[in-house]
Amino acid sequence: MTKLLSVRLVAILVGLGFAFVALFAFVIGAYNAATEEAQGHLPYAKPVDVDYSFDGPFGTWDKAQLQRGLKVYSEVCAACHSLKFVAFRNLEDLGYSEGQVKAFAASKQVPGIDPQTGEANMRPGLPTDYFPSPYPNAVAAAAANGNAIPPDLSLITKARGDGTNYVASLLQGYQEPSAELLAEHPEAAPSPGLHHNIYFPNLNLAMAPPLTTAGQVTYDDGTEATVKQMSEDVAAFLTWTAEPTLVKRKQTGWPVLIFLLFATILAYMSKKQIWAAVKPRKD
Amino acid sequence: MSFPWAREYQPSNGFTRFLDEKLPLPRLVYNAVGAGYPVPRNLSYFWNFGVLAGVFLMVQIVTGIVLAMHYAANAQVAFATTEHIMRNVNWGWLMRYAHANGASFFFIVVYIHIFRGLFYSSYKAPREMIWLLGVVIFLLMMATAFMGYVLPWGQMSFWGAKVITGLFGAIPLVGEPIQIWLLGGFAPDNAALNRFFSLHFLLPFVILGVVILHIWALHIPGSSNPTGVEVKSESDTVPFHPYYTAKDGFGLGIALLAYFALVFFLPNALGHPDNYIEANPLSTPAHIVPEWYFWPFYAILRAFTVDFILPAKLWGVIAMFSAILLWFFLPWLDKSPVRSGHYRPMFRKFFWFGLIPAMIVLFICGGAPAEEPYVMLSQIATAYYFLHFLVILPIVSSVEKPEPLPYSITEAVLGSDKKAVLGENTTPAV
Repeated sequence: MTKLLSVRLVAILVGLGFAFVALFAFVIGAYNAATEEAQGHLPYAKPVDVDYSFDGPFGTWDKAQLQRGLKVYSEVCAACHSLKFVAFRNLEDLGYSEGQVKAFAASKQVPGIDPQTGEANMRPGLPTDYFPSPYPNAVAAAAANGNAIPPDLSLITKARGDGTNYVASLLQGYQEPSAELLAEHPEAAPSPGLHHNIYFPNLNLAMAPPLTTAGQVTYDDGTEATVKQMSEDVAAFLTWTAEPTLVKRKQTGWPVLIFLLFATILAYMSKKQIWAAVKPRKD
Repeated sequence: MSFPWAREYQPSNGFTRFLDEKLPLPRLVYNAVGAGYPVPRNLSYFWNFGVLAGVFLMVQIVTGIVLAMHYAANAQVAFATTEHIMRNVNWGWLMRYAHANGASFFFIVVYIHIFRGLFYSSYKAPREMIWLLGVVIFLLMMATAFMGYVLPWGQMSFWGAKVITGLFGAIPLVGEPIQIWLLGGFAPDNAALNRFFSLHFLLPFVILGVVILHIWALHIPGSSNPTGVEVKSESDTVPFHPYYTAKDGFGLGIALLAYFALVFFLPNALGHPDNYIEANPLSTPAHIVPEWYFWPFYAILRAFTVDFILPAKLWGVIAMFSAILLWFFLPWLDKSPVRSGHYRPMFRKFFWFGLIPAMIVLFICGGAPAEEPYVMLSQIATAYYFLHFLVILPIVSSVEKPEPLPYSITEAVLGSDKKAVLGENTTPAV
């Protein structure tokens, strides 16, 4: 008994000790918060919510949109951004035939090895090749872009919060900083080589506005290539590159859930029946 | 041990008689989760979570073994092989999402299981050993989950590993050598990734071993129950099978529905976007946060912001580990003779209006950036957390007047005037 009492006594002392130190830190923190000026966050904008065909539990790919997005990527983004986890063969998902994929792959030069000499060279791509990088290595990428390495885009929509909307909004978010913003946050003015964008968390990024004029990309399906249209198309394409199995995942989910729902109802009914004998009757 | 009225296994044919004589495995199962294990008849759905935790452990082991067939634990390629699993391996995306969300569900289920134990003081005699083994399982789970999160070698993997192993650096004198020894280098790299993979593969089987001990220890006194009144007679119990196999089956259905809804429709909801960026030792994420199941303890770690005799960081580390380790002492801190919170008016108020809100605040603050008001909120909640377990619980348990307990489980279920009909009602329906 005395031993148990001492366990509790030690516990109470230890508990009071931790609580005291935590509350002491609280008092210091409260004092600092009251006496120091709080550092505000730069007011960046939330991405604009756009409806995409792949949204929601029944979402499917809009293959025409993905094809348009591929064109925007190939003609604009690919100049600086790699897409290293996507192979040309994956493009069959976008509705291209095997022949079209072969032709597309062959139109890109990928690093290879000369079979005669063993020297490194460039050769036309095969469907099994992955999208080639625009730069030979990270140092070259940094050197060509004012020390900012253009990120690989394969996973970009998963690597940002609300990624699809973020990419589309960011591409349309370039503008001059407003006078009120500069009055309140003088540090928000873009330094040389940076560009102001209301959706970027610190408001200035190294990427120059990539989509500037309507018709910058000529769509094969006749869709009018406004900046908004191109931004959304490439955001949709990059959602596919980030998760090519997205639609298959949702389509697999339904039979699984319906099966489980059915099994759960059966389990509930058998539970009720088995327990009926020992449950008190409600009377 | 079991109750004297536990039914005995009867081999029904030549083969089972042969087996029973040479290797009585069916008898073991019959006595563990079959009709040979009498269980209190009044268990609520909160008693489903032990079985559910076992199921999610198996889900993790099965999906994990498949993932390990395709993963390469090398810092050069770990991120790429994870994407290889997502893109090229048949149903690899399902295995990975099932494994990542399976970890979350394992923790959800185990947290409910633990807090059920806290409310009903399931840790009290004669069930101390079950509780102690349970805390060991929880610690092993945390270690396993932490190392598993490092394996995809994303930004949060890398920086999480750096922050958590950095905690050992707070130990005076030997801290830095220990950190270097743990990582196999000065920062997380190939050596750390390889050993984390090795241990991440090993620890689930250690957990499985401790789970077997946990269940073994459970079968000695038998399950607790919502009244906290011990089993007195046969009418207080029903055989585990078919009663609780049926009830657990229904509970499992609900749990799997929620789990697969997440796996198939919101698989990244509980993850962090930064972990889809490959680990980069030169670029620190704006906010380093661990997985959600560590948030309450991460908040305690960060609540200690002021040096007081010891450096603030060391206080945080000691407090974080103590916050879990103090659970080991609960059986001896809570001396109330009554187990169930339903009959403990003061304890119940502190549980619902003190501990649960404090845990929620700690959870929110742990996931939030280290800035005000989150830091101050987590400091108050941390103080309450320690006061609750180490000060309030011992004092309340000696001063409170428990409400009257029912005479028996049977009386609690049927009311005292119905005792007469009990005998025949407890015969199983099937």
